[in-house]
Amino acid sequence: MRRVIKVAAIAMAGALTLAACGGDSDGGGASAGSSVSPASYKVGLAYDIGGRGDQSFNDAAARGLDQAQKEFNFEKKELEASAGETDAQKEERLRLLATGGYNPIIAVGFAYATALKAVSAEFPDTSFAIIDDASFTAANVANLVFAEEQGSFLVGAIAASASKTGNIGFIGGVNTPLLQKFEAGYTQGAKAVNADITVQVKYLTQPPDFTGFNDPAKGKTTAQGMIDNKADVVYAAAGGSGSGAFEAAKAAAGPWGIGVDSDQYKLPSLAKVKDIILTSMIKRVDVAVYQFVKSYNDGAPATGIQTFDLAKEGVGYSTSNPAVAEYTAKADEFKEKIISGEITVSAKP
Amino acid sequence: MRRRFDLRSVLIALAAPVLAILFSVVVISVVLLAVGDNPFDVFSKMIEYGTQPRTEVLILNSATIYYFSAVAVAIGFKMNLFNIGVDGQYRLAAFAAAVVGGSINLPAPLHVLVILVTAVLVGAMWAGIAAVLRAYRGVSEVISTIMLNFIATGVIAYLLQPGRLAVEVQGSNNIGTEPIPPSGQVPGMAIIPGTESKVYGLAILAVLVGFGYWFLLNRTRFGFDLRATGMSESAAVSSGVDIKRMIVAAMLLSGAVAGLVGMPQLLGSSYSYSLDFPAGLGFTGIAIALLGRNNAVGIAFGALLWGFLDNSAQILDLEGVPKEIVTIMQGTIVLSVVIAYELVRRYRLREQQRLTGQATAEPTGIGPGADEREGAPA
Repeated sequence: MRRVIKVAAIAMAGALTLAACGGDSDGGGASAGSSVSPASYKVGLAYDIGGRGDQSFNDAAARGLDQAQKEFNFEKKELEASAGETDAQKEERLRLLATGGYNPIIAVGFAYATALKAVSAEFPDTSFAIIDDASFTAANVANLVFAEEQGSFLVGAIAASASKTGNIGFIGGVNTPLLQKFEAGYTQGAKAVNADITVQVKYLTQPPDFTGFNDPAKGKTTAQGMIDNKADVVYAAAGGSGSGAFEAAKAAAGPWGIGVDSDQYKLPSLAKVKDIILTSMIKRVDVAVYQFVKSYNDGAPATGIQTFDLAKEGVGYSTSNPAVAEYTAKADEFKEKIISGEITVSAKP
Repeated sequence: MRRRFDLRSVLIALAAPVLAILFSVVVISVVLLAVGDNPFDVFSKMIEYGTQPRTEVLILNSATIYYFSAVAVAIGFKMNLFNIGVDGQYRLAAFAAAVVGGSINLPAPLHVLVILVTAVLVGAMWAGIAAVLRAYRGVSEVISTIMLNFIATGVIAYLLQPGRLAVEVQGSNNIGTEPIPPSGQVPGMAIIPGTESKVYGLAILAVLVGFGYWFLLNRTRFGFDLRATGMSESAAVSSGVDIKRMIVAAMLLSGAVAGLVGMPQLLGSSYSYSLDFPAGLGFTGIAIALLGRNNAVGIAFGALLWGFLDNSAQILDLEGVPKEIVTIMQGTIVLSVVIAYELVRRYRLREQQRLTGQATAEPTGIGPGADEREGAPA
């Protein structure tokens, strides 16, 4: 029995240490050297699990915050969620920021919805924003949501146009309703161009296992499997796992990859595979965060549901890879039709 | 003579965890100094924040959950079984309980009872698969329970979809089971003065489970057989214990308690199993069972300590100290507590041998070593 205990102890200690290594919190503080006079308010931001440095949507929020800070020169504080925590602990995190005088406060991710509902009622004079949730509204809360299906529709149309085999792939990081919106738009866009197209759909992990957003190896094997099944364009809506999918496409020489969230063609970490990244579906979490802070800075904090769609340029596709040029005319045509309401994109696969 | 000796052995037993915690404080202080923070400031901030009424409630609530999880693991440990599957067991149990609780409407106490029974049965059933495989097919429970964790994840993910067992909320990217109506909820207890936040009503159940665990192990024939089997299987067999039956029984019990892990959160806070239902609590339970030495009271202290560390860590990020420091501290505690226990065990063994030697050397009297029992091994 002692042996079992020792093995267990070593395993536990190892796991805990690894968990500690994973975190990369940033203490924050007002940035030095700004030319603007310091603002009178402090901005708080609560990340979901992963926090700053996750190469995905937490990072996008961080970019928006950084940009706003550069411009308005405020003091900031960034806190991060831990794995396995309860709503009560999320609530306490937001409350700590509110009692610490941080205003406005931004909660990144739908997991904060329950917690924010309670805390926003408790602090009516503080302005809050939540990203990716519109399940409740309050006078002091801005719900920053995105029409991911619209942006995905456009890259789906590009994928179908670029495909020679009539077979394309979709890789979702984690099988959640949020990621299903990406899938739904992508499939509809592809079918709009080629009604007979085959779309292979795979999700890397199932909740509560959220490692699918950060598992390049899994992304690589999954993309490899799709390419073996004749897919010649793979859309990786999988955060950090996308790099693996692009490596698979690069190794196969021929297939295209499509990125997500930010313009992945321009990311330094993906420089080696960038020539096969045809385009990226852009979700401007950074713009949403920036605009919210700006609205507060200008004295009229945004409230209510703010949908960042194609019309508001909250979603879109990137054109930094010259290879995408021959498909943009068609994509822009769809874009106009979606904005005018001629095409409605369903958020359900 | 004997009483004095017992007091001494209690002190020795306490020395191990205390030393381990002190050692980890020293390690963390070194780490903090290395990154340029004042350890004294950091610890005093944690204690100051951790003793505020609202934080105390959070600590008690976390400890309640951790306690169930650690007792579930400890039941396995006592029998020399390593149930890594507490995680999958409680998640599947909480999911099933949430589905059942949200789909029926009964008078209050009955409704809660049905939900709890569902959770206990599902947890036991999931652990039972590993138990049967181990008892009748010789499959290591370590492997099978890890696999069952993944299968539980897959089963829940399949069923937690719109059109199956999940309901959608307009405008939300979350998805969960039908909320449990008020008759199935367990109200909190406002027992900490100075705050409105409430301690989980099911904290009382945790105390009862702890007492039941102690009683079962130390005051029943079954508990004796369980401990005997854990210490020496061959000795237990020769004294007529049915090992296979014991393996199945211990795993079922472990799984049944595991089924309760998600209940305080489900019945006291979220009322629905959704994508963000806390995961990974089964692994926390392993650490706490090790720290508490599988002892009902020891685990309670371990759970409170873990609850304190996890919740008071929140203040660190706000003060610009990375809260991961607490995770390092927890890892150090687990590792050093095992080393400390091993040192104490060896010391005791030597002490016992010395006393036995003395006793046999003295032909006249009965030495104190004669009735010194071997302390409860892990």
